[in-house]
Amino acid sequence: MGTELGKYKSCVSARSTDKEILKGAQDGGIVTQLFAFALDEGIIDGAIVAGAGDEPWRPRPFIATTKAELFAARGTKYNICPNVSFIKEATRSYGLDKVGIVGTPCQMQAVRKGQLYPIGLRDVGDKIALAIGIFCMENFPYQSIVQLVEDHAAMKMEAVKKMEIGKGKFWVYGQRGQVVQLPLKVTHKYEQPGCHVCLDYVANLADVSTGSVGSADGWSTVFVRTRAGDSVWAKAIAAGCFETQPIEKVKPGLELVSKLANEKITKNKTTLEERATFGVGKALRNPYI
Amino acid sequence: MADKITVGHVHMSGCTGCLVSLADNYGGLLTILDKYADLVYGLTLADVRHIPKMDVALVEGSVCIQDKLSVEEIKQTREKAAVVVAVGGCACYGNITRFGRGGQQNQPQHESFLPVGDLIKVDVYIPGCAPTPQMIRNVCVMAYLLLKGTKEQKDLATKYLTPLMKAAQRGTTACFCDLMTEVINQGLCMGCGSCAAACPVRAITHEYGKPQGQRDLCIKCGACYNQCPRSWFSFDVIPEFEGITDIINGALQ
Repeated sequence: MGTELGKYKSCVSARSTDKEILKGAQDGGIVTQLFAFALDEGIIDGAIVAGAGDEPWRPRPFIATTKAELFAARGTKYNICPNVSFIKEATRSYGLDKVGIVGTPCQMQAVRKGQLYPIGLRDVGDKIALAIGIFCMENFPYQSIVQLVEDHAAMKMEAVKKMEIGKGKFWVYGQRGQVVQLPLKVTHKYEQPGCHVCLDYVANLADVSTGSVGSADGWSTVFVRTRAGDSVWAKAIAAGCFETQPIEKVKPGLELVSKLANEKITKNKTTLEERATFGVGKALRNPYI
Repeated sequence: MADKITVGHVHMSGCTGCLVSLADNYGGLLTILDKYADLVYGLTLADVRHIPKMDVALVEGSVCIQDKLSVEEIKQTREKAAVVVAVGGCACYGNITRFGRGGQQNQPQHESFLPVGDLIKVDVYIPGCAPTPQMIRNVCVMAYLLLKGTKEQKDLATKYLTPLMKAAQRGTTACFCDLMTEVINQGLCMGCGSCAAACPVRAITHEYGKPQGQRDLCIKCGACYNQCPRSWFSFDVIPEFEGITDIINGALQ
């Protein structure tokens, strides 16, 4: 295993000890539990999460300042939610001095760029108290999800209880108990193009990053990466927020995380190379310098 | 004292918001002036009439080409300063002065306001309206490390400043539309939201995951494009955010 998992101080398999959180959680309820603990302890004043939008399963950024609001935003929505767009507003009209934010690896990159190069983010950088990253292979535009759910899985958007990508399939669970699985080769063409140049699978730049891959069902793999992440994670463990297992003892464990990370990075490096000779003597732009 | 760098603030046609931003570093500014930089030129701040020789010129505002003194001063700035930094949207891209018609000009024939880079070579850009105190501070600290630091510090400063130097080479126009042409049209946007957060006039919203701009509101400051992680992103710098933040905070202690 090399650089594909980023820098981290520790890695465990974990799940929340709060049954209420687990009820609506995607996996181990890590993000909701950690934010809820950080809110209780005053480590954050609020968190930017993917809240409910105008249409079913279409999230929009939401600033949760209570446990109830965090609970309402539980679970993964597989489409775009521009959480970073609220990062300045959170410190302005919401008046937060200590901001939590959850996001995909690219959004963690955006947050860190915003801290080191705050071109338009005055007085924001040092107010970001806890950035939680989620593992991400790719994301979808909302219309793609509508098409996958309604056309391919033949389910109404509002009748869906949960969506999940795992074990090589896209799973749609209906409220009445029905389950439809789509092979990922069906979903690939619906992916958001911007994801195909991304070189980060496990949110290398987050304070704490988490995702289902590597752990058993109902559990999450957790990387603790920074001093800020280490501090809040240690306090949460001491407070009994999480059950944990050493990642080395868990199947499939880090081996699978590494494998998927390398697959994503290799595939997208190829995309970047192909972009360099995309036209006839004309390249598509490479954002990385 | 001897190993401080010399810095000047050159005021072209701008609103002084950039200078206020520099001052908004409060204690940090005092530390910079105490330990790292002597302010050798600056309207109202230093009693110096003519542009002196200096290491770093922080230029605010665009250049009115009908104003002979402005043109002369910007040329002198290039001759006298080792490093010219365009501070803020007006100096980098013209910003609101692109639309200057009537009202505040000194004289009625003052109608052409050019970004500094249209008249002289600019080394480093700090876009945005106003540029943030933290961004100005970071560039000041990095300029000091570049000119006076150890080899390791010079390397860090070079890596940090490189994207801002490339921004200066990229050109003298900016618009919300850069996100369209250079990011979305290039298949690079992933809908993170940075552009909307950076926009000082709230001209950007997100519709179905992509930025949507109200072009009539856009003041052409360059904040959205330069804040975007898919406009430029340096893997040499940004993954080291924890260490570099420590260095900058440490320098200001």
